[in-house]
Amino acid sequence: MNQVYNRIESITGNVITVRASGVKYHELAQIRTRFGKSLAEVIKLDGDMVSLQVFAGGQGVSTGDEVRFLGREMQVAFSDDLLGRIFNGSGEPIDKGPELTENRKPIGGPSVNPTRRILANRMLRTNIPMIDMFNTLVVSQKLPIFSISGEPYNQLLARIAMQAEADVIVLGGMGLKYDDFLYFKDALSKGGALSRTVMFIHTAADPTVECMMIPDMALAVAEQFALQDKDVLVLLTDMTNFADAMKEIAITQEQVPSNRGYPGDLYSQLASRYEKAVDFANSGSVTILAVTTMPGDDVTHPVPDNTGYITEGQYYLKGGRIEPFGSLSRLKQNVNGKTRKDHRALMDAMIRLYASYKETLEKKNMGFAMSRWDGKLLKYGEMFEDRLMDLSVNLSLEAALDLGWEILAECFEKDETGIKSDLIEEFWPLK
Amino acid sequence: MTKHNAGKVVSVNGNLVSVEFDGNVSLNEICFVKVDGAELKSEVIRIHGKVAQVQVYEMTDGIKCGDEVEFTGEMLSVLLGPGLLGQIYDGLQNPLPELAKQAGWFLERGVYAQPLDLEKKWEFTPLAKPGDTLRAGEVLGFVPEGAFTHKIFVPFSLLEGYTLKSIAEKGMYGITETIAVLTDSRGKDIPVSMSFRWPVKRAVRCYKERLAPTETMETKVRLIDSFFPVAKGGTYCTPGPFGAGKTVLQHTMSKYADVDIVIIAACGERAGEVVETLTEFPELTDPKTGRSLMERTIIICNTSSMPVASREASIYTSVTLAEYYRQMGLNVLLLADSTSRWAQALREMSGRLEEIPGEEAFPAYLESYIAAFYERAGRVLLPDGSTGSVTIGGSVSPAGGNFEEPVTQATLKVVGAFLGLSRERSDARKYPAIDPLISWSKYPGIIGAGETGYLKQLVLQGSEISSMMKVVGEEGTSLSDYIVYLKADMLDAVYMQQNSFDLVDANCGAERQRYVSAKLVRVLGSDYALEDQDGARGFFQRMRQRFIDWNYAEFGSEDFKKLELEIDRLYEEGKGAISARAESLLKGGEN
Repeated sequence: MNQVYNRIESITGNVITVRASGVKYHELAQIRTRFGKSLAEVIKLDGDMVSLQVFAGGQGVSTGDEVRFLGREMQVAFSDDLLGRIFNGSGEPIDKGPELTENRKPIGGPSVNPTRRILANRMLRTNIPMIDMFNTLVVSQKLPIFSISGEPYNQLLARIAMQAEADVIVLGGMGLKYDDFLYFKDALSKGGALSRTVMFIHTAADPTVECMMIPDMALAVAEQFALQDKDVLVLLTDMTNFADAMKEIAITQEQVPSNRGYPGDLYSQLASRYEKAVDFANSGSVTILAVTTMPGDDVTHPVPDNTGYITEGQYYLKGGRIEPFGSLSRLKQNVNGKTRKDHRALMDAMIRLYASYKETLEKKNMGFAMSRWDGKLLKYGEMFEDRLMDLSVNLSLEAALDLGWEILAECFEKDETGIKSDLIEEFWPLK
Repeated sequence: MTKHNAGKVVSVNGNLVSVEFDGNVSLNEICFVKVDGAELKSEVIRIHGKVAQVQVYEMTDGIKCGDEVEFTGEMLSVLLGPGLLGQIYDGLQNPLPELAKQAGWFLERGVYAQPLDLEKKWEFTPLAKPGDTLRAGEVLGFVPEGAFTHKIFVPFSLLEGYTLKSIAEKGMYGITETIAVLTDSRGKDIPVSMSFRWPVKRAVRCYKERLAPTETMETKVRLIDSFFPVAKGGTYCTPGPFGAGKTVLQHTMSKYADVDIVIIAACGERAGEVVETLTEFPELTDPKTGRSLMERTIIICNTSSMPVASREASIYTSVTLAEYYRQMGLNVLLLADSTSRWAQALREMSGRLEEIPGEEAFPAYLESYIAAFYERAGRVLLPDGSTGSVTIGGSVSPAGGNFEEPVTQATLKVVGAFLGLSRERSDARKYPAIDPLISWSKYPGIIGAGETGYLKQLVLQGSEISSMMKVVGEEGTSLSDYIVYLKADMLDAVYMQQNSFDLVDANCGAERQRYVSAKLVRVLGSDYALEDQDGARGFFQRMRQRFIDWNYAEFGSEDFKKLELEIDRLYEEGKGAISARAESLLKGGEN
């Protein structure tokens, strides 16, 4: 049943066309070129003209190369053996381990019936105070990390991977620098998290088409683990590279671009990946954290802009810190009322005071005179940045809350904090 | 079924499939593509010679050239009849809970379900009598549906006048049982049941005439009702960047708006938001009927990861259901969140059809489609003399928060009210983040036009002074200007902003708005004995705090009266003297 064709009619970019019949839309084929074998996917059928997208790219493909249709769609082998393994965008191992072919599952499957979802209401602890305390991550949330290139976003992801309370970590790397790939591998194995991690890695040197497969592979695996009652954390880096790969391919296929060259379906494409985040009733869950680098720190760039409309908030990484103002976890109020009773009040008060500190700092820089209150705010702001905001701070939520009270007590009098009196009585540290 | 046309797939490109057919097919006809035992619902969107191009409402994986296609001869339509309220449908009117029963966790393709329960019996009471001459949209009888009287109509698709031959007696009937027989002019009998189908892309026009939308639809949001009101039968849009609170605002409207029926079209947005509504609504009470809020709500849910073609259909499905309940003399509010996603669905399809693109690759017909959609709103005089209305509120998600983009601009041309949300206001945690400086409305509000104008003027002046102050500092601002600035700031804080988490403040009725706004005109339209800027700031801060506390007190309660007295006392302390302009406004001189 596997038909073989030896005549390629046209080659444009990554797309080849063969004359064939009985071929299914999105069916996979294997093409054998002088550089080896590559997978290709059917992206268009027009009568007996079949257009395929070659994963390894069109370079070096000859009109006489052999195309063999496999009769199946793109799939990923799923089992517990995946844990600790590393694959590329075609699903081939790149860690010298054995190939997995059992129990293949389709990728990019249908979306979850909204009536079978449950309201996200479990906190996902990361031991990073700027997350746990100020913008709590919730199980089944989808959150991007908006960042400028050069920020330590991969370090942040690696830390979250090692510290987050998740059963399984799935890491999808798109357009990753090889150094960063090595860093992840190294950090996760040192941190002891490698054995519960699956990695799908596309490095910057790999073919563009494979970049587009990474989120689907990672999320398909995550979904399968979630259906086995596992809480899965999916880390994707960097979704802007994914969008750029989509742009590159759309343009070589002569699609009409909509905004800065990106295809018109950018929103739908991103949404169909992010919406894989889910909390299954009585089963596991998928939580997605995805780095989105913002070209030129411009949040209105199509990729972060469309992402913002899809996700449930964002972490805004700037100057090596998670900015409390640009960042938002839309689901935090689902959980932060149940953690500790001072959580919300303390969070609000500390942010409010930090905002005042920023204003004071501005006044100071403009040369205005500083009052005693301004002095307190300046002391507070610096302490807050050093002891809580710094990304290297590693504290449980409870310890972070206690530290918050300590900072307040060191800088202010009780009634200057604007916190309800009964909470102050209970939590204000005794000197 | 065999009498319908059949065809064969000749090409596949994304969800656009070309089909070669024999005989006749019509534009927008529904057909099914048969693949691997599943039948995928599709719609004809272009015909060229013997080839029809159809958009498939599902994923097209696995389709091959030569696969069979069956045409149905029918356009994309919805089933109308009792039992629609409280349902959760996808864009094609499949009830999602039923799909979950059949297919489990995921929305498997090719799985469809009956939109209405065919087994359930409803208590039918006839109104028309044999011998009556009836036309489409006229009433045969009614059944009770929850708190509503659900009228049973002569199907909208019957185009001429008919004589009622027979009608069922009062009793329990299923929605497909024949309850009446009509005779047409040629003497042919037409059996009629309590349900019928109607093509979603055609507006229902079974009314005597369209009336002007003049009555304000109370939303309980002060900034809307008092400043930028929406009328029953009117249209409005809420564009705003992400995170500005479009969905929260729509959600508030769906809870508090003074209408009979609310239809929520979750079009291409997050599934999590629908889950929130689904969790919350059954627990909330509709103040009008005392029943669960879910019983006045229909949710059409085609979230962002569901197929794009049915996202396009979902908007039409929603508006058709809204028109159906309007025919019963009810006021219906349709909330479409977000129309930009619908426009994007049009754009994706247009791209596949290789049409010449317009601005930002949207199709050239974008404007006329948006206009046609909003024009389906309106207040109408019905055949039985009652009036009903459909109000449409569409949120718009402009790329980069830039209102110059095509969808926002096309929408602004056709709506009657523009509630523009701004990033600045939402960043300052002001809810609702509707920017009073850019928004407008063509409808009459619940407070006098003179008062509205006066307060709006104050906001404008305040914003001018505030931008000036950024340059010259507080020291360089005159005391009178500074006081105007403080007044505008107070107006914003105590009236334009509202706490959506507080049950009393979030639900501010018309009477209360009139009462409070009159008090505000008095307080803000008065001159005070204030010495300097510090004194002025202190005075207005105290006044502002009083008003905020007042907002949280139940209207007319003891607390409310007590807090009002405190405001009056402070007014006296400040030696308030009302200006002539404000005084004449309060006497109704300019209203």
